[in-house]
Amino acid sequence: MPLLYPLLVSTLLFAIGVYGVLARRNAILVLMGVELMLNAVNLNLVAFDTWHGDGLRSGQVLTLFVITIAAAEIGLGLAIVLRLFRVRAHVDVDRVRDLADRDGAGPETGAGPEVEIGDEWAGDRTGEPVDGSAGRTGDGESVEEADRPTQPARSGG
Amino acid sequence: MTAVRVLFLLLGVVAVGSALLVVTTRRVVHAALWLVVTLGALAGCYLLLTAELVAWVQVLIYVGAVVVLLVFALMLTRSPTAPVADLTTANAWFAGIVAVAVAGVVGTTLVAGFRGEVIDLAGASIGGAEAIGTAVFATWVLPFEVLSVLLLAALVGAIVLSTARARRRDREGIHDGVHDGEGSG
Repeated sequence: MPLLYPLLVSTLLFAIGVYGVLARRNAILVLMGVELMLNAVNLNLVAFDTWHGDGLRSGQVLTLFVITIAAAEIGLGLAIVLRLFRVRAHVDVDRVRDLADRDGAGPETGAGPEVEIGDEWAGDRTGEPVDGSAGRTGDGESVEEADRPTQPARSGG
Repeated sequence: MTAVRVLFLLLGVVAVGSALLVVTTRRVVHAALWLVVTLGALAGCYLLLTAELVAWVQVLIYVGAVVVLLVFALMLTRSPTAPVADLTTANAWFAGIVAVAVAGVVGTTLVAGFRGEVIDLAGASIGGAEAIGTAVFATWVLPFEVLSVLLLAALVGAIVLSTARARRRDREGIHDGVHDGEGSG
């Protein structure tokens, strides 16, 4: 079999993955594009391994490693995506512009209409402790205790 | 030999076609399902290239675990099953140009470098579990162990990311009213 067959298939897959990463708005679909690119690389590795045929099986072992790293990457990526969904209630990467470079604009004017209530980064911006009880009104305090070992009510027991 | 060639071309066409559908379909869940087809066709390609263990690992981990994770994430982010109009950015034409450029550059390089090279499938030794296992545990032990540390780090990271302040947020009931308005984006 010509070596070019798997190489061209993997080239096309990689280009499709690039398109997916750049063009999709849903963060999960972006991750699918990354998976396509990783699979293109895997096909390349396997094809070159069979073509080269060294005794170490470098290509196939590296493919296994890439698959493992891809699994770790997808786990972390989806954790971040779920976290984003929890904060913003959407996973649209076009609307997540917190780190966008704006000339001379403060956080208030720059953040635009996308700031949701309960935006936990807002606490970071104003220097207010996010975890602390600054904005707390007292309800839900009984559950909150479980997280704070220094709470006096808990320290007695 | 020619049967292998035809089979590989068919699998490659299936893989590329379903990958195209992954990045162009308007239904999010269908993208995940087309990804299954792509990954399965690639597993077939690995089998044809004598990488037997890699093919089964591909089926187990990618089709079995990664796609399930993706579908779970789609479910947890309340992705709609109906077609979504604005799943692609307005700058998709630019992404298309970049993708075509990537395909052109890489494809030209590969054709220039490896035209005429032939994979000797008949003479290649099968990459079964025994051969790959020997290679992993004889030559590649150190990367293997480093990889286990990386997996541990990813595990801890995922746990921290998904639980850190989420409990506080849930308790305060902040995202009760937020979800319903624009869950689909």
